[in-house]
Amino acid sequence: MTSVTFPPIPPEQPSWSRYFGFNTDAKVIGIQYIVTAFFFFLIGGLLAMIIRGELITPAADLVDRTVYNGIYTMHGTIMLFLFIFPVLNGLNNLLIPTMIGAPDMAFPRLNAVAFWLVPIFGALLIGSFFVPGGPAYSGWWSYPPVSTQNPLGHFVNGQGLWLTAVALSGVSSIMGAVNFVTTILRMRAPGMGFFRMPVFCWTALAAQSLQLIGLPALTGGAVMLLMDLSFGTSFYQPDGGGDPVLYQHFFWFYSHPAVYVIILPVFGIFSELFPVYSRKPLFGYVYVCLASFIIVGLGLVVWVHHMFPSGVSQWMRNLFMFSTMLIAVPTGVKVFAWLGTIWRGKLRLTTPMLFCLGGLFNFVFAGITGIMLATVPVDIHVSNTYFVVGHFHYVIYGAAVMGIFAAIYHWFPKFIGRMPYEGLGKLHFLLTFIGANLNFLPMHPLGLMGMPRRVSSYDPEFAFWNVLASLGAFLLGVSIIPFLLNMVSAWVRGPKAPHNPWNAIGLEWLLPSPPPEDNFGEHVPTVIARPYGYGTGKPLVEHQAELEQALTLQEAST
Amino acid sequence: MSNTPDRARPLISSLGLALLVGWIALLVVLSWWMAQVSYRWLPVQASSAAPLVDGLFSFETGVGTFVFGAVVSVMVWVIVKHRAEKYDESDAEPIEGNTRLEVIWTVIPLLLVMAIAVYAMRVNTSLGVLGPMEHIHLANPIEDQGGYPGDRLPAEQVEVIARQWSWEFRYPDAQVSSTELHLPVDQPVTFRLVSDDVIHGFYIPAFRLKQDVIPGRAIDFNLTPTREGRYRLRDSQFSGTWFAANQADVVVESAEAYQAWLQAAAAQPLQPGLSDAVAEFGTRQQLKNPGWATVPPAPPPQVNVPGSNTLPHDA
Repeated sequence: MTSVTFPPIPPEQPSWSRYFGFNTDAKVIGIQYIVTAFFFFLIGGLLAMIIRGELITPAADLVDRTVYNGIYTMHGTIMLFLFIFPVLNGLNNLLIPTMIGAPDMAFPRLNAVAFWLVPIFGALLIGSFFVPGGPAYSGWWSYPPVSTQNPLGHFVNGQGLWLTAVALSGVSSIMGAVNFVTTILRMRAPGMGFFRMPVFCWTALAAQSLQLIGLPALTGGAVMLLMDLSFGTSFYQPDGGGDPVLYQHFFWFYSHPAVYVIILPVFGIFSELFPVYSRKPLFGYVYVCLASFIIVGLGLVVWVHHMFPSGVSQWMRNLFMFSTMLIAVPTGVKVFAWLGTIWRGKLRLTTPMLFCLGGLFNFVFAGITGIMLATVPVDIHVSNTYFVVGHFHYVIYGAAVMGIFAAIYHWFPKFIGRMPYEGLGKLHFLLTFIGANLNFLPMHPLGLMGMPRRVSSYDPEFAFWNVLASLGAFLLGVSIIPFLLNMVSAWVRGPKAPHNPWNAIGLEWLLPSPPPEDNFGEHVPTVIARPYGYGTGKPLVEHQAELEQALTLQEAST
Repeated sequence: MSNTPDRARPLISSLGLALLVGWIALLVVLSWWMAQVSYRWLPVQASSAAPLVDGLFSFETGVGTFVFGAVVSVMVWVIVKHRAEKYDESDAEPIEGNTRLEVIWTVIPLLLVMAIAVYAMRVNTSLGVLGPMEHIHLANPIEDQGGYPGDRLPAEQVEVIARQWSWEFRYPDAQVSSTELHLPVDQPVTFRLVSDDVIHGFYIPAFRLKQDVIPGRAIDFNLTPTREGRYRLRDSQFSGTWFAANQADVVVESAEAYQAWLQAAAAQPLQPGLSDAVAEFGTRQQLKNPGWATVPPAPPPQVNVPGSNTLPHDA
């Protein structure tokens, strides 16, 4: 069939092998990122199971203390640098070009290089398990001097590989950020001004700007630490006149904003999905867009709140407490906007909507413990205890990972062309929600009682809550099974997805499922309205009715 | 985009209003109750800082419960009442925003968090735990008075030396050293925190206080114990293999008992202090396959009184 139709008929099924090679198509790279990320998610999750296995009893009896320290360090490192950042970059790759009507990313080859660095530094990190002396063991912060002690004295050691991997991850993320920012700024569809751009793109732009500002500090700090470790410099060595607290500033100057790099796109996902499944426009769209950039500005000036007990002076403690408190305001604006969106909507409790609601619930809880942590006197008591561990797992797992699951269920039909199964999805949601709360809620009383984080053994009075947390963790471990089952079986033999199964508004839903390699190609529609026009009856683009008719016809004929 | 729906229809019926007010009152009661309960989540209060910290935490728990309860109430209400009917494919009424509401929910949280911050700052000031920090070679006699008004000069200064993995406490006036920390009740004390190797954290949960011990610095740290008992001191900044075992006991006792302990201690000869790490390292080295590489523990400090870290502790 060669007759000219619009949109163009997708070519014959491209070969599956493209997912294993150097491919420059953003949609292929997106799936590469996500699948790679979930591979490492399983490894990081397995390490978490060992951690919780060790902590189900007070004594250090499951693994040696050195092994425990290596495992908790690698759990944090893998989950952050090899799961959450790559999986979000995967979503960025899939969603940004299709949402703004671009044929691909601005720099497709750079994009592919950025992705292929991930398996390279991933292999370095996993390989560090097998070098003499074992992997890095000083936590994902790697504070010197403990991180530069290098007990065996070998030049190739776990900590050195760890630092190399983190520096490479920084390079990869900077490449990605350059690409995402350029694409969003330069390649939007005609008519799509900034205030007609989907919120996910706003949040991605905000998050990737943070990467560009913050990552050089971390990468530079890590390189200096590597020099201290391997080449005898003393940037951070007190005996050589260095200052160990300096590293903490470099580290947190990036690693606090990194939290916003993670959570901002998840705010974007919530802002995309609540309108779809409530059948209402996003409440206060402009305000939600701007709040992301207020968070960027404030997020850059709060890093010292990670260092309140670290040896900073009183005026810094107070200053950074106030700046941290201010972040609650734009974040609260978003939460209220989502509540305003679902209020008097027509809710559809599909799997993605359940994950969004569960994620919002967990996020509000995390926000409240976050306020507590921001106030210096309370922080002095609970910093470096399980209270903090509970708080950030509510943010990262309870809100961010649940938001990512929501996004995967929501956009799976678009990019894979098949529908995931609702029953398995709901089971996955239920296990995740219960497991996460059972795992992470008990960490708060533990921290208030004074149980430090990163311990391989603890006093018996902490046993009760630890047993609960471990049971929750094992439930969370089980919860991934229905997800994997769902993804694999839906990909192989799920029902074919129409172009717009959720009746959603957005450029990506005006493409066939899955979209052709160059998305709209030459025929990028002109955007004439704001996104999320649910219930207004106003079309998003020119000639929308014809476009949809053509898509429906095409689906009917195949 | 303030596209408020027709103003003729009342926003809420009088019965609805009564129920709403009732629900908010219930939330307030619940929040107040949680604020009271929150004291029980914390260890016993054994320092003058503890009631201040706990009061702030209780206040935050109350406010937090109210906010969380309100948000979850809205969510549950919407999930129960605003679900689409089966087969209803239509959209809801398009409300795109409401400027007045948006201003309200910006200003109220702003005022709230600033109020909490001001409260916290005042608590922080009255804690006055932290003296000036100087690099050791910059040491200056003035720093010893840090954080104390002139009429409340510390009665005692204790030097705390953190190592991988043991805690040593030196009482310069009495010429005593120990691996168990003894403090007289109700007397301000200043610690001089130093580390021999890596960063450690000086953390006594019953005192609600914590300070990192930074190698290359001497940090003055002030507190006043207020309750007799035996408490745990824990290392709170990851310090390597035996980080978890780097604990010591803190004994708060009456002034007489404290003086008696000091005198008895001064008469004791020096002997190896407590170090669980050293003991565990010994047995570990016997193993055929002990695990990954580790920094060997520092030898136990030579002290007058090793003390104990296995007796039951209050917190």
